[in-house]
Amino acid sequence: MDTNEILVLTVGAILVNNVVLSRILGICPFLGVSKRIETALGMSGAVIFVMTLASFVTALFNRFLVTQTFTINGTEVDLSFTRILLFIVVIAALVQIVEILLKKFSPSLYVSLGIYLPLITTNCAVLGAAELNADASRGLISSTVFGFSTGVGFGLALLLFASIRERLAIARIPKAMEGTAIALVTAGILAMAFMGFSGLVK
Amino acid sequence: MSEEIEKNNIALPEPGSLVLSTSPHVQDGDSIARIMAKVLICLLPAVAASIWFFRFDAVRILVYCASFCIFAEYGWTLATRQAATIGDYSALVTGVILALNLPPGAPWWLCLIGSVFAIIVVKELFGGLGQNPFNPAAAARVALLVGFAGPMTQWAAPATGSLVSGATPLGAIHAVQGSADAMAQLGAPDNLMKLFLGNVGGSIGETSALAILIGGLGLMAFRLIKWQIPLAMIATIFVFTGIVHLAAPGLTPGPLYHILSGGVMIGAFFMATDMVTSPITPLGALVFGGVIGVLTCIIRIWGAYPEGVSFSIVIANALVPLIDRMCYIRPFGWHSHSVSALNIRRGEIK
Repeated sequence: MDTNEILVLTVGAILVNNVVLSRILGICPFLGVSKRIETALGMSGAVIFVMTLASFVTALFNRFLVTQTFTINGTEVDLSFTRILLFIVVIAALVQIVEILLKKFSPSLYVSLGIYLPLITTNCAVLGAAELNADASRGLISSTVFGFSTGVGFGLALLLFASIRERLAIARIPKAMEGTAIALVTAGILAMAFMGFSGLVK
Repeated sequence: MSEEIEKNNIALPEPGSLVLSTSPHVQDGDSIARIMAKVLICLLPAVAASIWFFRFDAVRILVYCASFCIFAEYGWTLATRQAATIGDYSALVTGVILALNLPPGAPWWLCLIGSVFAIIVVKELFGGLGQNPFNPAAAARVALLVGFAGPMTQWAAPATGSLVSGATPLGAIHAVQGSADAMAQLGAPDNLMKLFLGNVGGSIGETSALAILIGGLGLMAFRLIKWQIPLAMIATIFVFTGIVHLAAPGLTPGPLYHILSGGVMIGAFFMATDMVTSPITPLGALVFGGVIGVLTCIIRIWGAYPEGVSFSIVIANALVPLIDRMCYIRPFGWHSHSVSALNIRRGEIK
């Protein structure tokens, strides 16, 4: 894998096909933990960490289990239908293992990540990254790079959004539009602006 | 003593008529309406140039956008039972800037959708003037460009009225990309002069760099905008495209071509400098202008859209709270530990 491919993967995942603003994945934490910049940064760090790891591990499973054909009792079995099922279980297990390890070896990081780490289990952006990797049949290294960049893209969108929301908290927003409603309008305008990056990578 | 005062014609007010109030006690009469009127005066050269080059098309679009914006704002204040705000001219300013951003072939419904989007969605839903995080005109242009790419790219050569596609200077770049000779031809002096005066295809108000420059200098003379924003934006574009042009002459024409074409001028002076959606400090303004410049160059040179100014302004608007956070003016004797100590005392950090 050459530097050009890495550049295409990174720019594509961070700007052009931003996981939140273009693919509309991971909206729940995007709206849920974007009220303050500090919590948004904590969540971004956790997501980047888990997404990179999960992309690598799911790529391993995809390579050596899902795309293989096994012969059991003389019948050929194609396991590709188990992909989503397997990925969800793998990601959930991975998050649990990371949580246990962090609690044991780095209690300070564990405390600072707090509730966000277990929340990532149900973050569809992580599953989305794994699925996109499997769809594009990327190799182990490309998958990991893609997972990392997708996490960075998520972090960028979350940080931008959190800083705007801190300002919106003191704006005179009409009662009917307060909270999630105006947040979604803001996200929509931001998503439109990010469409300007289309065509940067083929 | 009192005789002396009478002699100097200094009349003290009657003690009973003194009004007790908090500061400020002296006000120079400035108001939103007066600021917006000054902006309108500064927009006049660009408006005149658009009418000169695009004749009736420009008049039509200007009237449509201005009236739709005013109606949208009046309708909103009526529906939400607020005091009417159209008297502060801000809706009129948004309408005129939006009109200057539309192509000469724009149909009436495009003006209507753009105006309603700018006033209702981008401004009023966020709480009205002064509360919106995004520039209404820039966001409306982005929305129209994304939603109605066809009508938004029906360009006409000036004063002829015949609609042709892809006749803008920036569209020409994509057409001849890969040829260093063609790029050098685009950057030829007589071609640059045409761009400077505005006798080229494009949105009705963005073609004449000269007219916008006159208005922009007026804005600076009135002290309505931070000069750091247009300076940083134009300088960044100049340096960025200059380096790319030197490194790969076949990829993009020289820096002057980029500065004079498309929406750089109107964006730099009239849209990026919006008081509400730009950073507060001078340093922040420099960073803000630089971000817009870099994003514009990236979208123009490598992106699918030929023009990236409005996209860049909206993205940079989103960055403003972060820029403000990082570029606040530090008081004399400031230390990072003094801030954290303050926060600990307030109980924000444990």
